[in-house]
Amino acid sequence: MATAKPRIKIPAKAAKGEVIQIKTLISHKMESGQRKDKEGKKIPRQIINKFVCTFKGKEVFSADWHGAISANPYMSFYTVATESGAYEFTWTDDDGSVYTKSAKITVN
Amino acid sequence: MRRGILAAALGLGLSVMLAGPTTADQSQWGPYQVGEVRSGYTYAAGETRDMQDDDFVNPAMLWVDGGAELWETVDGEAGKACASCHNDAAESMAEAGTKYPVYFEPSGKMMNLEQRINFCRTENMKAAAWKWESQELLRMTTFVRNQSRGKPMNVKIDGPAAPFYAKGKEFYETRRGQLDMACSSCHVDNAGNMLRANLLSQGMSNGFPTYRLKWQGVGSLHRRFRGCNKQVRAEPYSNGSDEYVNLELYLADRARGLPVEAPAVRN
Repeated sequence: MATAKPRIKIPAKAAKGEVIQIKTLISHKMESGQRKDKEGKKIPRQIINKFVCTFKGKEVFSADWHGAISANPYMSFYTVATESGAYEFTWTDDDGSVYTKSAKITVN
Repeated sequence: MRRGILAAALGLGLSVMLAGPTTADQSQWGPYQVGEVRSGYTYAAGETRDMQDDDFVNPAMLWVDGGAELWETVDGEAGKACASCHNDAAESMAEAGTKYPVYFEPSGKMMNLEQRINFCRTENMKAAAWKWESQELLRMTTFVRNQSRGKPMNVKIDGPAAPFYAKGKEFYETRRGQLDMACSSCHVDNAGNMLRANLLSQGMSNGFPTYRLKWQGVGSLHRRFRGCNKQVRAEPYSNGSDEYVNLELYLADRARGLPVEAPAVRN
């Protein structure tokens, strides 16, 4: 797919101190750099190499991705809900583009 | 004493073996098995089934979302979108995924879902047909077929469709390629057996368009046909050819009663 489209799933509400699961998925071809085209030339690598989740400026979770991550990568992780606010997600592409999305949660 | 334990162990093993197949086969797969007919879902690995079961994790849902957008997008000289005529796809397309291919009077042959979508585009929207296996056509086909998810496959094979059904059946049973194998050589005679590292399924079509992990994306049933044909070292037919549409009709009947799973996830 030409443009990367991120999807986020987090609970809309959570109790303070509750462990919540965050699920993310982004459409991306994750071209490994190992494949060759019909002329036998290498198809240059283009993958998302970094995924970061922050909450109010503080990093919650991050991951470096490498060549063997599949297309349309799915990532899920757990965190503790402390206060209401928005989680910010960023995916950094090899070509320098950054895809972002945010998701709000209400904590009471 | 030792013999007693051995006998008890043997007895236990035997009773497990006797109880195993019958109970497991009947109930284990729920809607994914109808009589002897088993969806590819039942041959997939647990991890793969988990991916399909969760709409968020299933990457093919990206294609469904993309199709939903295209459904509302105006294209062509007539200034229409799919939604201009068909309104809410959840209602208008609820049966579409179960009944294609259908006999199409003007052309005098069978028409599958991809062809129907392109017919609508060229005739009603006055837009260019989408290329086979293009992301647009895949998104739209996946989206439309997804509207019928869970409904049983129910294709018409009588009346004008009968001769095409016969052709599809003949194709299915005809040996081809350097390996001299028919579709049925694997998917009827050897379903459930290993073909090198792959577990052969019954080759049911109810999950297409399917997200194949091997493809790292969604592909059409005809792409799968071409892959199968190449694997027996036969010359594949082109996507949308009469041969493949007839075969699609035969397969749809083979999968009769299985729920439409589109978009399924397979290895």
